[in-house]
Amino acid sequence: MSAYRALDLFELDALLTEEERLVRDTARSFVSERVLPVIERHFEQGSFPMDLIPQMAELGFFGANLEGYGCAGLGAVAYGLIMQELERGDSGVRSCASVQGSLCMYPIYAYGSEEQKERWLPRMAAGEVIGCFGLTEPDHGSDPGSMQTRARRTAGGWVLNGTKRWITNGSIADLAVVWARTGEDASSIRGFLVEKGTPGFSAPQIERKWSLRASVTSDLILEDVEVPDSAMLPGVQGLRGPLSCLNQARYGIAWGAIGAMQACFDEALRYATARTQFGRPIAGFQLTQHKLCEMASEITKAQLLALRLGRLKEQGRAQPWQISLAKRNNVYWALEIARTARQILGASGITHEYQCGRHAANLESVITYEGTHEIHTLIVGKQLTGLDAFQ
Amino acid sequence: MHIVVLIKRVPDTASKITIAADGRTIETAGLQFVLNPYDEFAIEAALQLKEQVGAGTVTVMTLGPAEAAQTLRSALAMGADRGVHLEHEQQLGDPYAIARTLATAIQGLAPPADLVLAGRQAVDSQSLAVGPMVASLLELPCVTDVTRLERQPEGKLRVEREVEGGHEVLLVEPPALLTTNKGLNEPRYASLKGIMAAKKKPIEEPAVPIAPALSAILRLEYPPARQGGRIVGEGAAAVPELVRLLREEAKVL
Repeated sequence: MSAYRALDLFELDALLTEEERLVRDTARSFVSERVLPVIERHFEQGSFPMDLIPQMAELGFFGANLEGYGCAGLGAVAYGLIMQELERGDSGVRSCASVQGSLCMYPIYAYGSEEQKERWLPRMAAGEVIGCFGLTEPDHGSDPGSMQTRARRTAGGWVLNGTKRWITNGSIADLAVVWARTGEDASSIRGFLVEKGTPGFSAPQIERKWSLRASVTSDLILEDVEVPDSAMLPGVQGLRGPLSCLNQARYGIAWGAIGAMQACFDEALRYATARTQFGRPIAGFQLTQHKLCEMASEITKAQLLALRLGRLKEQGRAQPWQISLAKRNNVYWALEIARTARQILGASGITHEYQCGRHAANLESVITYEGTHEIHTLIVGKQLTGLDAFQ
Repeated sequence: MHIVVLIKRVPDTASKITIAADGRTIETAGLQFVLNPYDEFAIEAALQLKEQVGAGTVTVMTLGPAEAAQTLRSALAMGADRGVHLEHEQQLGDPYAIARTLATAIQGLAPPADLVLAGRQAVDSQSLAVGPMVASLLELPCVTDVTRLERQPEGKLRVEREVEGGHEVLLVEPPALLTTNKGLNEPRYASLKGIMAAKKKPIEEPAVPIAPALSAILRLEYPPARQGGRIVGEGAAAVPELVRLLREEAKVL
């Protein structure tokens, strides 16, 4: 099979800097040569390709948009392009990098003490310490403000109790950012750095998933977990803390979805031009061309949206509702495109020999995690109408 | 140790090549360009030698249009120290003109080159001539198609190349020119830190005249369209006839 060709109908490449193109090319080659050859096996086995972690770290993919502490200090677009390319491989691989960089390193970077930053960030950038992010609970998903996990003050520290669920990287993580209430309402939420092996802390893996199979998803169980004062992130209190992290990660997902779309489109186009029925390639039929045209237009729109959002983010102007709109739109269309690709591939599309089925299965998670499609709809709705549908 | 690596910006081999209106060059609009894959082995070899010695400079040099600066930048992002861009917009078809121009530029470098590396071939023009020609013009020992390279403690290079039925092992004393073949190494990716660092590395643009061509391309032609296949029979009974045709008609056996 010839090399992957990314769709770029509107010459958006020309809007990238030389540095951004080089970053994208590194991530693209890495995915073609290191991720794609192994991902099908891991997806089937339900295992995370652990040996990719040191390789991603060496290339600088973890916390690539942070400055200092061994991080590359890239702009938002370059960071987005890495997420795009990783998700062209698999949403699970992109999820690992998103969680490490945006959900674990970012809160330490933004809200941690200097001591916490120096202790954790260089080792996390180097992939020596893997992180996870504990916000969602079994009974509190879209409404994290009502979380039950509690942190109780003791002399010189805190005692944590509660359960977190759907935690990417949970069982392989050395460090968890756990959000807990220190009082009665959401304004008392604080972030705590909980190390693997702390008595009372465990992270059992959630098995039997049919989506994100090449990704570790876990519960975090905290039973009278004692942590010192120095484990609390001093710089933020209330829901703003976790939500600001989610904004970073959601931004990356808006880009990541483009990678999944591109993988599916590339595969569908190749298949449609090679597969012959009724004496001609199925790409020659109007129904197939309609599908391909719809896919290509949505990819192009998603690219424009992500790129503009990235430039706004670089100027410090990206608003949370803009990130919601982009994540919502791009993931929705990625899932549609993956399903359409599967349709073009016919029965072949249901096998692991092709990627579209794996992407479609993965995207069923992506459309729900990091703010469900519905919650993002309400965030945009609130922006448009001034009326808050949550309350 | 100053290692000079000759590199070229070439169309991605997955690209569909179209002959331009003049019939002698290719249409470059809409093509994706990459660093010539054989040159990646040369860059990696240079970086490994520099790392082994623990000191030195790796200079990457290219002859090509303004956009070839991007190719130099990607080599700098892999870890090369310095770029030299001999800017020339026209597609050059004559290996001598290219080699003579590069040789002149190499002679102008300070400090002088201790070792020159180049990919065995450019995947677009496929002349396989530029590396050896540069060696001749600079009167350097030349070993082509290197698949293994080791630096001896005293500085000599032990190189291996594939020959019919086996390997040839040679000892070369720098300064020398080697052309690199697939299998020599696994080229590294440009890391994000490397990419950031590359922004600050210098690309020089010395004024080197383009040497006159000694040959000219008359025209480029597409390969003949593939003919439809033929079914010579079915099952085991067809095998002798198939073998006969492959031997006598197709002449591939």
